Amino acid sequence: MGKKMSGASSLVKSLESAGVDVMFGIPGGAILPAYDPIFDSSIRHILVRHEQGAGHAATGYAQVTGRVGVCIATSGPGATNLVTPLADAAMDSVPMVAITGQVPSNAIGTDAFQEADIRGITMPFTKHNYLITDPDQIPRAIAEAFYIASSGRPGPVLVDIAKDALQKETDFNWPKELSLPGYRPQLEPVNQSILDAAALIAQSSKPVLYVGGGAIKANASKELLQLAELLGIPVVTTLMARGAFPDSHPLHYGMPGMHGTVGAVTALQKSDLLITLGARFDDRVTGKLSTFAVNAKVIHADIDPAEIGKNRFADVPVVGDLKRTIAALIPAVKAEFAKKSPDYSAWNASMNKLRATYPLGYDLPKDGSLSPQYVIERLSTLTGPEAIYVAGVGQHQMWASQFVKYENPRTWLNSGGLGTMGYAVPAAMGAKVGAPDTPVWAIDGDGCFQMTNQELVTCALNNIPIKVAIINNESLGMVRQWQTLFYEGRYSNTSLESKRIPDFVKLADAMGCIGLTCDRPEDVDSIIKKANSINDQPVVVDFRVFKDAMVWPMVAAGTSNDDIMIAREMAPDWDSQEL
Amino acid sequence: MSKHTLAVLVENSPGVLARVAGLFSRRAYNIDSLAVGPTENPEISRMTIVINVESHSLEQVIRQLDKLVNVIHIAELKQDESVQAELILVKISATAKNRFDVDAVLETYDAVIVDESSETLTIEATGDAAKISDLLNALERFGIRELAQSGLVGIERGSRSLAERTLSVQSIPTAESGQADYQN
Repeated sequence: MGKKMSGASSLVKSLESAGVDVMFGIPGGAILPAYDPIFDSSIRHILVRHEQGAGHAATGYAQVTGRVGVCIATSGPGATNLVTPLADAAMDSVPMVAITGQVPSNAIGTDAFQEADIRGITMPFTKHNYLITDPDQIPRAIAEAFYIASSGRPGPVLVDIAKDALQKETDFNWPKELSLPGYRPQLEPVNQSILDAAALIAQSSKPVLYVGGGAIKANASKELLQLAELLGIPVVTTLMARGAFPDSHPLHYGMPGMHGTVGAVTALQKSDLLITLGARFDDRVTGKLSTFAVNAKVIHADIDPAEIGKNRFADVPVVGDLKRTIAALIPAVKAEFAKKSPDYSAWNASMNKLRATYPLGYDLPKDGSLSPQYVIERLSTLTGPEAIYVAGVGQHQMWASQFVKYENPRTWLNSGGLGTMGYAVPAAMGAKVGAPDTPVWAIDGDGCFQMTNQELVTCALNNIPIKVAIINNESLGMVRQWQTLFYEGRYSNTSLESKRIPDFVKLADAMGCIGLTCDRPEDVDSIIKKANSINDQPVVVDFRVFKDAMVWPMVAAGTSNDDIMIAREMAPDWDSQEL
Repeated sequence: MSKHTLAVLVENSPGVLARVAGLFSRRAYNIDSLAVGPTENPEISRMTIVINVESHSLEQVIRQLDKLVNVIHIAELKQDESVQAELILVKISATAKNRFDVDAVLETYDAVIVDESSETLTIEATGDAAKISDLLNALERFGIRELAQSGLVGIERGSRSLAERTLSVQSIPTAESGQADYQN
């Protein structure tokens, strides 16, 4: 027999037993019983200003620490406000547990006040979810939720608990064992697939390491570095994998995809073997799929068997935890190379030349106004690779991926799959809670910032001193860029006028933050230094930048990666390259 | 496109049907039929799903389905290695005049009359898709007034049973305190 207590206390005991140290949330009617024992719990509860903020904060915390992020909300609108962060976490494989209150079990299905079928709503984008109406089921559901969220391919799990289940008396019994007959993630790769992969690598002449976010989830950076140096071939890191491999490493070609470097995009296109590690052939990477890396065979290593063959046929599938997979691959490759050492020098030479010819770059605005890329580049240089950078979604996100130099995993957070505008401020808050001694910079757009900036109040009140660089081009910049390129410059509803309203400095001040502004290139360094020197309060810097700056290179949506443009109407000079 | 029959063992818990149906809908897989019912084990339900897919995406369907935590086991039932049947109840126009013709059809297809009125007969029949389709064609000339048709159910030929696979349940120890590191 366990200890007698309320369902609510059982929930909080369960969360404590699962090792939760912090959660983000807002109370409300249906979840209210849980907030009473939370008052006495060792778990730090951070009262956010919007449930969406709780969800993204849980994600930010999880992405930085590798632990499960936890958010909690009430029924109905509280729960539906978690929908976007849950979908976001599902797309980016973030371990998260969301707890929601539900109306009492006898009211379920009656359209009761603040009733929403959150289990039904979140089925498509949770790894699993629960509706608990019996208090005895609470500990098991919580234990299962944390196990499912954090094991295999990580993802969000929602536990919806009816109010009466929180109020009733129950025995608290933390399960000693879980039985999930339908859930058996395969961690250990099959040896034959490792041998096949090594053989294919030895036969290839133009291999590329195509590294995705799975490398970070699996904490496989060390093994990746060993494998890359053993092979001595180009490495590309996707938007979700920035930091998995050091930007400073000579084998690194940067990010592939729609706004990838010419070197990374072309290395994939011309390759004869894609060694795919925890990546998923997303449309933003492949461009038009039928024209993607047409001469390449594919090794596809992933923890999720359903990713293999989803978008691209895999010649050698390897299902397993990526850390173990790479660790197993290294001796297998060494054994193959002992038989016959491959010569990748011609391949490396041609790719090196291409990379050197087409580095990332940007033109400074002719009118002397502030270049957004310059701001981000300086931010990176002056803050360094030990800091954590968190972006929203749009042009600033691409520039932050391109122009911040990443050296370490878990230092770059963004909403890659769902593309959630408004991700940055709350995710940065969660990141800072997870890594309180590390500087955390949110690099946000003026559009994104206006979606979720209220969490700066939470930051100010809870001693979470994040820094926010608003890349203020007074417009929905990426949409505007598409209008420039594909809609004859007809700027329908993309002007936000955010250099006029709101006054971001006053807004920052009103929210208990330091507000700074910068619109001259010569002030950029001193203002970033000033922001970096403030560690007891959140800082918001309004960088008022040139609004016509565009993100290059670019592969237009739905076109082939072969048609990459390095600037408007300017393709690389392929004739001068020997590929 | 080709048809495939999947036998899917699922946990008998609320919402499982919605999870499976939702997966098929959101991934744009075409379901031809779906039948669900209890099994010899009260904790496990069995679904028989007939899907219409390109053969290369059958594997995708199975792998996506397998990601559902409540889905325990999936097997493809090949036509020649399984027994498959669906059930129909069909109400046709029939009078004393044509009763003799109807009986001849029913005999051919092993169908039985389960209800009758002065103008109609209700017929029950089971069989694979081809047999049922032939029977319905043969009944067409009498006039079909109403048709209720079940989804297909199927079972593998021979002594093997799918449920044997599910009995080997793995237990996962939970960490007593502190977040368990399941990944490494």
